[in-house]
Amino acid sequence: MYDVVIIGAGVTGSAAARELSRYNLNICVVEKEEDVCCGTSKANSGIVHSGIDCIPGTLMAQMNILGNRLMEPLSKELDFPFKRNGSLILCFSKEDLPRLEELFQRGITSKIPNIRILNKEELHEMEPNISDEAIAAIYAPTGGIVCPFGMNISMAENAAANGVEFKFDTEIKNITKNPNGYTLETDNNSIETRCVVNAAGVHADTFHNMVSQNKIHITARRGEYCLLDKTAGNLVSKTIFQLPGKYGKGILVTPTVHGNTLIGPTANDHENKDSTRTTADGLSHVCEAAKRSIPSIPVRQIITSFSGNRAHEDHHEFIIEELADAPCFIDAAGIESPGLTSAPAIGIRIAEIVCNLLKPAKNPNFDGTRKGILDPKTLSEEEYAALIKDQPAYGNIICRCEMITEGEILDAIHRPLGAKSLDGIKRRTRAGMGRCQAGFCSPKTMEILARELQVSLLDITKNGGNSHMVIGYTKNAEEV
Amino acid sequence: MNSYDIVIIGGGPAGLAAAVSARQNGIDSILILERDSQLGGILNQCIHNGFGLHTFKEELTGPEYAKRFIDQTEELNIEYKLNTMVMDITKDKIITAMNRTDGLFKIEAKAIILAMGCRERSRGALNIPGYRPAGVYSAGTAQRLVNIDGYMPGKEVVILGSGDIGLIMARRMTLEGAKVKVVAELMPYSGGLKRNIVQCLDDFGIPLKLSHTVVNIKGKERLEGITLAQVDSQGKPIPNTEEDYSCDTLLLSCGLIPENELSKGIGVDMEAITNGPLVNESLETSIDGVFACGNVLHVHDLVDFVSKEAAAAGKNAAKYIKNNCSMGEPEPTISILPTDGVRYTVPKMLHIHRMEEKLTVRFRVGAVYKNCYISVYFNSQQILHRKKAIIAPGEMEEIKLKKADLEAFDGLETITIKIEEA
Repeated sequence: MYDVVIIGAGVTGSAAARELSRYNLNICVVEKEEDVCCGTSKANSGIVHSGIDCIPGTLMAQMNILGNRLMEPLSKELDFPFKRNGSLILCFSKEDLPRLEELFQRGITSKIPNIRILNKEELHEMEPNISDEAIAAIYAPTGGIVCPFGMNISMAENAAANGVEFKFDTEIKNITKNPNGYTLETDNNSIETRCVVNAAGVHADTFHNMVSQNKIHITARRGEYCLLDKTAGNLVSKTIFQLPGKYGKGILVTPTVHGNTLIGPTANDHENKDSTRTTADGLSHVCEAAKRSIPSIPVRQIITSFSGNRAHEDHHEFIIEELADAPCFIDAAGIESPGLTSAPAIGIRIAEIVCNLLKPAKNPNFDGTRKGILDPKTLSEEEYAALIKDQPAYGNIICRCEMITEGEILDAIHRPLGAKSLDGIKRRTRAGMGRCQAGFCSPKTMEILARELQVSLLDITKNGGNSHMVIGYTKNAEEV
Repeated sequence: MNSYDIVIIGGGPAGLAAAVSARQNGIDSILILERDSQLGGILNQCIHNGFGLHTFKEELTGPEYAKRFIDQTEELNIEYKLNTMVMDITKDKIITAMNRTDGLFKIEAKAIILAMGCRERSRGALNIPGYRPAGVYSAGTAQRLVNIDGYMPGKEVVILGSGDIGLIMARRMTLEGAKVKVVAELMPYSGGLKRNIVQCLDDFGIPLKLSHTVVNIKGKERLEGITLAQVDSQGKPIPNTEEDYSCDTLLLSCGLIPENELSKGIGVDMEAITNGPLVNESLETSIDGVFACGNVLHVHDLVDFVSKEAAAAGKNAAKYIKNNCSMGEPEPTISILPTDGVRYTVPKMLHIHRMEEKLTVRFRVGAVYKNCYISVYFNSQQILHRKKAIIAPGEMEEIKLKKADLEAFDGLETITIKIEEA
């Protein structure tokens, strides 16, 4: 019997898990995928929004603004990449200036720090590659960028280090109320818990509707992105939005914390919540729309594209509350953009709700700090040399595009909630995330994974489940 | 800091031939830096035959061809370091490298030969829409898994791109018991050698669909199928020509990209078409004493020509060392202009006084030409008019320039190489 079961090991579930691990609670995170950060949390803009475009006074605005404020100290505590690079919202026509002004006033009402409107000259001085068509912009210096994987994984790792249990490859099939709480039937077994936190992303409506008569409906809103080579990484220093329309914040152009340029997302509602495919129309729209902001964007330097589903609830508002007709069942539903920014605040809010219900004591052993995977490139040459002497694996480059060493990969495998698949390694170390997209390193990474996990290469997957990298031996190898 | 006369970056076919040639031209102090655990580069996984017809007048496999050069390297006592990654090279030719045993170390070189080879264009760079399941491999990665590691990536295969590695892998996968359903090529012609199309596709009844591309990738975990569509002359898919293929493996053989991150780091001038360094007659880059050869310079289709080119680079680097780190006067320069169907030439400029008696100029065309002429002009005067039955982008062409002819031509400023139709 757990005190709390959290459904979903995405950024919201992991944030909640970490906040709850501050208390003496028996907590379990149940995740249907093989790893943390496998759904919406892995496929988004990686933006820490200023909060300017949220409707003032909404829960979304409140969580966004608080999350933005918490991000910097959290990134230091948990050692994940975050940069406050500032953001710009471009206006392309005189007719749109009133809308820009309206958005600016929203920001003033929400007390977004230090925002100002830039005229064309100031704008182009700040970002010389911006289109000549842009005639004004709102500048929000508190906007930032974060590594979405690093943030999610670090919160989960820290929660695990503080005693939270994680069950992977476990899908919840049904939830029923029982006298002490809830019974969660999974594809493996049944789990009993006093309290449920529903952080299931696009699937949060399914679990909500299992226990409540007040039905909610979440639509998967597909967002397609293209990632450009680091050689195209210095086009802009700030995150460049276009004045938003009906479907969200429009196509952005942003540097990433690792020095690439990211463009996207599209916004298309669709019914298959598990569909993360990209489309020809979507990708070409991303490229065309990004050119509107930055005409010189070198789309030939795209190294990969991907899509993610935002969990759009019909009322476009975060639902973070105990259900009126299902006591001790707490929703974190409708967490679409700015969900990543808001996650630290959402985690705290969920912990407050749970604590009011369960009144737990503090966990005296809680340690909120976590050390990330050492990136030897950040060391001085003397330190790097000493490290290789001590641990020769750091002298062995596996991913030549991102210059990732075997030492980093071993760390990724053997730390708490370690990587079990190629994508797990990739999200933790960036091995395979560079311009050759794992063409060179995947056979080597597969070998290291098989050796360290003591399994056959035939068991190595790209991302769990049925995603095996090889299916058998060659004729000669079979005979041997 | 250790110092060497010549440091060669890469111990594949180009690096080995350059090293051997530099030694044979009188240089003692040579070091090869190789990132893999053995010398030979990509040849080690090319277990098919057909290598060495030009160089050794016999048909060798890739590893056999490599061994000829590895043996020479050993016999000539040329120093090399394996498992060693070069991290950075400065303009002053200080090389920072790393391996497990030496750690992070620096080497000073008088001359550097860039021989890093190339990499394959990835699915991401092609921006093919669809899911991102396991089972989508570049052809070379699959070749390594099959030929070096002994694993089968899958059993029902579609290949996109008719580059040579893709063609070779079509045959290899078939011989290993997989079903290769189709090879699709975006262009209206194949990017591979004619002999590979015959020996790897035709002989096994594998269809080659020209002007076709993959427009969708299906399967969330493991690849389940792809959709092919015909493309128009702009390479855009034509609606209603889609055809579904079920498969668990998609191999991509859609072009090779010279791997010039280090070259760009040093600051050598690059050539936009080849994606390789801009070089002169000595295969010297815009930085004195930095030479380039092999696939890092421009992508070759036959290793024999890589060896020849690399031998020239090694010889020139030796000349540079023996001439007190100079190739001689930088002027006058004559430019070589590729026009009328010729996409690029290597080299793109020359200094007559620095030339050997003969200079090979290699180039590729941008389309298939039949019954045409390769023409060479000195200024506006036609010097060569060689008939060709067929000339295609997949096969590298060459012409030879004689130093005596160039010297004899008064006021020579430009050499133009073009394709003229009959």
